[in-house]
Amino acid sequence: MGEIGEFLVVGDGLEQEATTSLTAGGSESPWRSSLRQLRRNRPAMFALGVLLFMVLVSLCAPIYAHHFAHDDPFTSNLQGRINIGGKFRSVMQANPSGLGVVPISPTWSFSHYFLGADELGRDVFARLLYGGRVSLLIGFSSAMICVFVAAVMGMVAGYFGGVVDWLMSRLFDIIWAFPIYLLAISLSVILLTSGLNLGFVHIGAGSLLLPILIIASVYVPYVARPIRGIVFSLKEREFIQAAVASGASDWHILRKEILPNVAPSVIVFFPLMVAFSLLTESALSFLSIGVQPPQSSWGTIIQDGLQLLYTRPWVAIAPGLCIVITAGALNILGDGARDAFDPKAKLRGSI
Amino acid sequence: MSRLKSMKPTGVMLSSIAVCALSIVSIAAAPAGAASGYQKSHAGGTLTLDATAAGGTLDPQVNYTLQYWQLYQATYDGLVSFQKVGGVKSFVVVPDLAKSLPTVTNAGKTYTFTLRKGIKFSNGKAVTVADVLATFQRLFKVSNPNAGSWYNDIVGGPACVTTPASCTLKGGVVINAAKNTVTFHLIIPDAEFLDQLAVPFGSILPAGTPPKDQGDVPVPGTGAYYFASYNPNSALVMKRNKYFKVWSAAAQPLGYPNEIQMKFGLPVESEVTAVENGQANWVFDPIPADRLAEISGKYAAQVNVHTLTADWYLPMNMNIAPFNNLMARQAVNYAVNKNSAVTLYGGKQLGVPTCTILPPAFPGYQKSCAYNSKSSSTYAGPDLKKAKALVKASGTFGQKVAVVVTNDPVNQAVGAYVQGVLNAIGYKATLKPLSQNIQFNYIQNTNNKVQISVTQWFQDYPAASDFLKVLLSCANFHKATDNSINIAGMCVPSIDKMMAKAETEELTNPSGANKLWGQIDTLIMKTQAPWVPLFNPKLVDFIGKNVGNYTFSLEFYMYVDQLWVK
Repeated sequence: MGEIGEFLVVGDGLEQEATTSLTAGGSESPWRSSLRQLRRNRPAMFALGVLLFMVLVSLCAPIYAHHFAHDDPFTSNLQGRINIGGKFRSVMQANPSGLGVVPISPTWSFSHYFLGADELGRDVFARLLYGGRVSLLIGFSSAMICVFVAAVMGMVAGYFGGVVDWLMSRLFDIIWAFPIYLLAISLSVILLTSGLNLGFVHIGAGSLLLPILIIASVYVPYVARPIRGIVFSLKEREFIQAAVASGASDWHILRKEILPNVAPSVIVFFPLMVAFSLLTESALSFLSIGVQPPQSSWGTIIQDGLQLLYTRPWVAIAPGLCIVITAGALNILGDGARDAFDPKAKLRGSI
Repeated sequence: MSRLKSMKPTGVMLSSIAVCALSIVSIAAAPAGAASGYQKSHAGGTLTLDATAAGGTLDPQVNYTLQYWQLYQATYDGLVSFQKVGGVKSFVVVPDLAKSLPTVTNAGKTYTFTLRKGIKFSNGKAVTVADVLATFQRLFKVSNPNAGSWYNDIVGGPACVTTPASCTLKGGVVINAAKNTVTFHLIIPDAEFLDQLAVPFGSILPAGTPPKDQGDVPVPGTGAYYFASYNPNSALVMKRNKYFKVWSAAAQPLGYPNEIQMKFGLPVESEVTAVENGQANWVFDPIPADRLAEISGKYAAQVNVHTLTADWYLPMNMNIAPFNNLMARQAVNYAVNKNSAVTLYGGKQLGVPTCTILPPAFPGYQKSCAYNSKSSSTYAGPDLKKAKALVKASGTFGQKVAVVVTNDPVNQAVGAYVQGVLNAIGYKATLKPLSQNIQFNYIQNTNNKVQISVTQWFQDYPAASDFLKVLLSCANFHKATDNSINIAGMCVPSIDKMMAKAETEELTNPSGANKLWGQIDTLIMKTQAPWVPLFNPKLVDFIGKNVGNYTFSLEFYMYVDQLWVK
């Protein structure tokens, strides 16, 4: 994965383009024009298709587990036996000529253990689907929270300036001072032990909300800072000055003048933040400090597979491929969104 | 003792006089065999051992890891030591720096040793009785992990535990330079005293050794090898001690390799590959599960498997919900499938399901299985129906339970399995993986409110008390400390009294005492069920193709210095 700073070199072109589009005076609205442009971008549409496919397949996890594989991917099946072509085979197979027990290899049959079993005798394919639900949920949720919070903070800091800006900027500086993964790992280690207890807010140690909030919070400055810069620049523009002169309230200006000009940047950021969140979640889960068992995510399945790399490599390869495909699709989609909504931006995705 | 770094900091070690008596009888008869058969043609070469990480301090009076205790066998000697032979005879204590086993008088409270003459440390200085006294004073001064539990039976020991810096052991260790004797006076008879002198903590060191943990600085010893250099980030090097001459091959035989290196830093997968490729001679760390089939097939001749006197078990906290309820503990005992735990560990070849606290072939072991799918003393399987009924009857159904495990693959897999079992019988279970560095102490501290955990116990020496008394007596349950090795928090005065009776009986009736220990084991499981004993593990030693003369001690495992690399 590339350095996040690499894609966060955001240029002045964002607001220029948006403003230009809004004042172009054509019959088509700038949003519609951008969407049409995005639809014409074949790689982006293909990426969107791939992404939707991954989402849909992941959502079908319970259907596969209960109606095809007929197993519970969250319960160990160490003493289980399955019928393959009329022959019963143990899910965990002892090495007949020596030491060790290995899980059953991929059967390549959707009726049972399509991708084989993991070290607890669980169906890897079913876990992969359930893992996709969790990984995508965390990816999208974290990105949404991150982008929303970053947009609000960036707009407020940029618009009001002064003490408000100083306070928020220092907060961003503090978070920015830590490498993302170090900060995420530190927060996870602390919060996974006892959960989050803030007054009346209590989040259990095993809750998915924890990785979602941790990942969202560590990325906020990386999105908020560029947005703050955009708002700073916008503040000096004539249409904002006109709104101020006409006596419009701050709330009105932020909502009606600033937000529409910031929105294209937010839209461009979103798919990339999903990809980064997905990768961060996988990394944390791989280190046992993300999604907690028996829940699975693509990261936890890779961790399970690490111990089976020599004998059952598919346990690690399959979730790895899912992450690569999904992150790649998000990256291409993000590029397409940038070209459509903010073509002059220097923003370049790198995952 | 832990295979890794866990400490066993508390608890009075009481004895199995049977073993000591057996030792004395055996030695009086003849420590033969070990001395004979040294094959000069195999002497020489460099033995390379691989470990993922160093084992911490090199100070033999501080280090409590199997990793270095194995190496200390070739570098240090005590007044007595465990016999350097393979099999069960390796549990026998033989005279080492002492001429013979001690004269025991004063109703088992006085041990008199006569020191051998002419033995030198690896720095060239002769070993004297003054070194012996200084060694035992230093043992307290460096805050030896077991100073307060093993050696405080020596007169003056309790004072040394309280104020280590001024430790003199006056009246406890008395030396006579003219007669070359060392006399230990104990406060109470201790049938395990010789065992405690025979482990590396009892290694005799030069009198001038600084009274603080020497860390990375090697301390001279009397063994066939000495530590030439130690860098915990790269390697530990042992070379032949030029002052060493064999005085008892049973206690300290001549080694074969000219040099022994333990290299650190490779992941265990790479260690296995290095041995396969002939780049190393032995893997210290447990062999990864997915390499077992490979090494036992293609490299079968290089694989050695041994049953250990150790337990994998699930201690349940008897003082907090839900396991302060006997029926809840019994339910878990019925529900857990020990065969599944064995499967996770590597299969039937590497683990044997167990229902008792004492391992098989251990003093006092009596076969029994209180929680079984059928009435049998051999484990047959789980009884989920009975387990579910017990959970409901206990009134603990639906309660939250956290399973605390270390975050290594096998422990975490066992934890995940146990979590599933707990969910299946009606609890709401979560898994709490912690780093290996902290989990063992974390689960001992009552402040952490650990309900159930996955852990292991490896024997220090063969005595029933090393499991039953250490792990389940009131004396070893301490609230709000990381050093409460009675993890289940079991404190039943009537059972403590039985243990005390067994200890007393050891002095006069060893076989009767062992029988009583066995009964205590059965009684604890039946009436208290503080643990779910899972299985007794086996050890896989994977050695290089060019290595010969593999000898396995049940006490300290493979003798590295007896391997041939030539």
